[in-house]
Amino acid sequence: MAGNNNRSIGAVNKKGQKIVEPEYLFFEAPRQEFFMTGSEIVKEAIRRASVDISVAYPITPQSEAAALVGELWTEGYVGDYFRGENEFAVMSQCAGASFGGARVFTTTSGPGTLRAFENFPMWSGARLPILINVMVRGVNSPLNIQPDTLEMAFLLDTGMLIWHAETAQELFDMLLKGFIVAEQPDVHLPIAVCIDGFFVSHTKEMVSLTGTDICLPHYDPYRSPVPCMDMEAPPMRMMRDPFVMKSNYISYATHASWQQEVRGAVERARKYSVRYLGGMIEEENSDADILIVSSGTAVAQGREAVRLLAEEGIKVGIVRIKSIRPFPTEELRQATKNARLIFVPEFNVSGWMAREIKSTIDRNHRVIAGPHVAGGMTMPPEIIAEEIKKVMHLRKKELVHG
Amino acid sequence: MRKRINIRISGLGGQGAVTSAHVLATAVYKEGRHAISNPFFGAEKRMAPAESYVRISDQKIYDRGEIVYPDIIMLYHPQVYTMGKCYTMPFYSGLKKGGLVIINTDHPLLNEEDIQRLEELEARLLYIDATQIAVDIAGTELASNMAMVGALVGATKIVAMDSLDKALQDRFGKKYVASGGTATLDEAIKKKFAKKEQLLAKNLQTIQKGYEISSAWVETFKTPMLV
Repeated sequence: MAGNNNRSIGAVNKKGQKIVEPEYLFFEAPRQEFFMTGSEIVKEAIRRASVDISVAYPITPQSEAAALVGELWTEGYVGDYFRGENEFAVMSQCAGASFGGARVFTTTSGPGTLRAFENFPMWSGARLPILINVMVRGVNSPLNIQPDTLEMAFLLDTGMLIWHAETAQELFDMLLKGFIVAEQPDVHLPIAVCIDGFFVSHTKEMVSLTGTDICLPHYDPYRSPVPCMDMEAPPMRMMRDPFVMKSNYISYATHASWQQEVRGAVERARKYSVRYLGGMIEEENSDADILIVSSGTAVAQGREAVRLLAEEGIKVGIVRIKSIRPFPTEELRQATKNARLIFVPEFNVSGWMAREIKSTIDRNHRVIAGPHVAGGMTMPPEIIAEEIKKVMHLRKKELVHG
Repeated sequence: MRKRINIRISGLGGQGAVTSAHVLATAVYKEGRHAISNPFFGAEKRMAPAESYVRISDQKIYDRGEIVYPDIIMLYHPQVYTMGKCYTMPFYSGLKKGGLVIINTDHPLLNEEDIQRLEELEARLLYIDATQIAVDIAGTELASNMAMVGALVGATKIVAMDSLDKALQDRFGKKYVASGGTATLDEAIKKKFAKKEQLLAKNLQTIQKGYEISSAWVETFKTPMLV
C-alpha cells in the first residue's frame, strides 16, 4: 500500500459509492467493457475520483470533457464546479482550492495551457497536487485546433509530473492513478496527464471500466509535506514576502534549495509511477535491431508501421514512454542498448522527445528525430515505415562511427 | 472483404458526419469486432468542411486520426466536390485500388476527368439522393447521414442492420451530453419528432431505404466489393 492511512476506507459516500483502497480500484476491481470517446472517459474517471473541486474554461478540444465534469457536479459526484474567467484565472482558482486542502481537477488545451502557464511552476513550488488533464492542441500562430504535442515540451521543466496516455483506456487509468501518486507526502506535486487532442479526446474506442459503485479515498490534506496556508513558512512566506525581491545571499539560497527540493520530489515519484503504471516504459520486441521510441498516439501509429514492416520481413520493436516527468532514464538506456537505429515519431515541429532521448542514451547518433508532423497533420503508419526503410538503406551504405 | 476497412466521410458541419461515424463504429463494436472512429474539423461552423473516419477490422486497431489511404469514401454533400469543402484535393486522394465511393447528390456530379481517374483506380461509384430519402421518410434533411450509413452497409454488408439499430438506440435513446453545437443539433432533431421512439424508428427506416438502394446496386456487379 502506498502509505494510505485514510480511515474512510469501507465507508459509503452520499452517492452510495463505497470508498475502496486505490490498489483495489486500480488492479483488482471487476471491470466492464464500454465503447466511448476520450471526453466521456474523463467523466467516468472523475466520477470515481472523489474530486472536491473542478474549475473549467472552454477551449477545443477539451470543452466537452470540461462540460461533462459539470454534468457530474449536477449529479452530485463532484464537490464544487464553476467556470473561471479564462485559463489564467482557472489555474489560479485551482491553486486556491488546493491550498485550502481540496482535491482539484481541471482540463485545458494548447493556447489555454499557455495562457495559464505562470501557474504551473507556481503549483509545483507551492507543492499543490492538482491533476490537470492536458488535451494537447496546436499553438498559435497560425491558429490551429488540431493535436500537436508542442505544449508538453513547455511543461517539461515546470516541476510537474507529466504522464502521456496513448488510449482512452490509459487515460481512465492514469487520471485515477495520477491523484494517488501526486498526493504522496514525499511527492506532493501537480501532475499533468496528457493526451493527444481529437486522437484520444474525440475518438470512440473500447474501454474497460470499474463499477460506478466504488471510488477513491478522499485527499487527506494533513499528509501534505508543507503547512497548509501558513503565511510564515515556505512556500507561502516566499510568495507573501519574496526573499528574492531582496538581493541577498539567503534569498538566492532559499529559492535554489526549494527548487531543488521540488526536483527531488519529482524523482521520488519514480517508485510510485513504476508501481502504478506497471513501469515507466512499455516494451515490445525491444531486442530488435530497429526501434520506435516515443509517447502518446505517435506510438499507436508506430505499432501499425511495425505491422506493415513485418509484412516485408523487417522486424521493428517498440518502446513507449508513459511517464515523461520523471523521465525513464535507466529504463531507456537498458531498452535501447542493442538497437542500431532508434526512430522517434512525434506530433510536433521541434522534435523535443528525440532531444530528450538523445540527451539520455549513449551513442546518440542512433537516434533519428522523426518522422514528425505538426499543426494537426496526421501521421499515417505508411510514412513511418517509409522513413525507416529510407534510413535503413542509407545507413547500410555509409560508415557509422561508434 | 479486406482485413482492414478504412472509411473517410467528408461532409459539412451540421450534417452529422461525426455522429454517423460514431454510430457505425458502435454497431461494429456491438458485434464484438474492432472499430475506432474519430472526427476532424476546424474552428469553423455550419456548412464548413467536417470529416470523420471509421476503421473496422477483426484485429486490434491502433491507427487513429485522419485517414489518408481510405478503402471507402463518402461525400455527404455535393459542395464537398463542387466547392472543394474537404481536407484532401481531389476528394479521392489516397483512395486504395478497388475502393468504393458513395456520393449524396440528386444528379451525376463528377466531371469526366474525375470519373476516368476513379475508373483507373477500379473504384465503384454510387450516387444516391440521401437528402431526398431523408426528407421523404424522416421529414428532415438532418437524417441524410442515416441514409448514407444505410447505403454504405447495403453496399458492403460490413455490419448487421440489427447492430446498427442497437447503436442508434445507444446514441439517441438515452441522455447524451456533447459540445454545445452537437447538443443544439440534438435538440433540433428531437423537435422534429413527437416522441423519441418515433425519432429512432424514422432514422432506422431511413437507414433501411439507403440499404435497399445500394443492395440492389451491388447486385449489378459480377465480382464482390472491396477485394
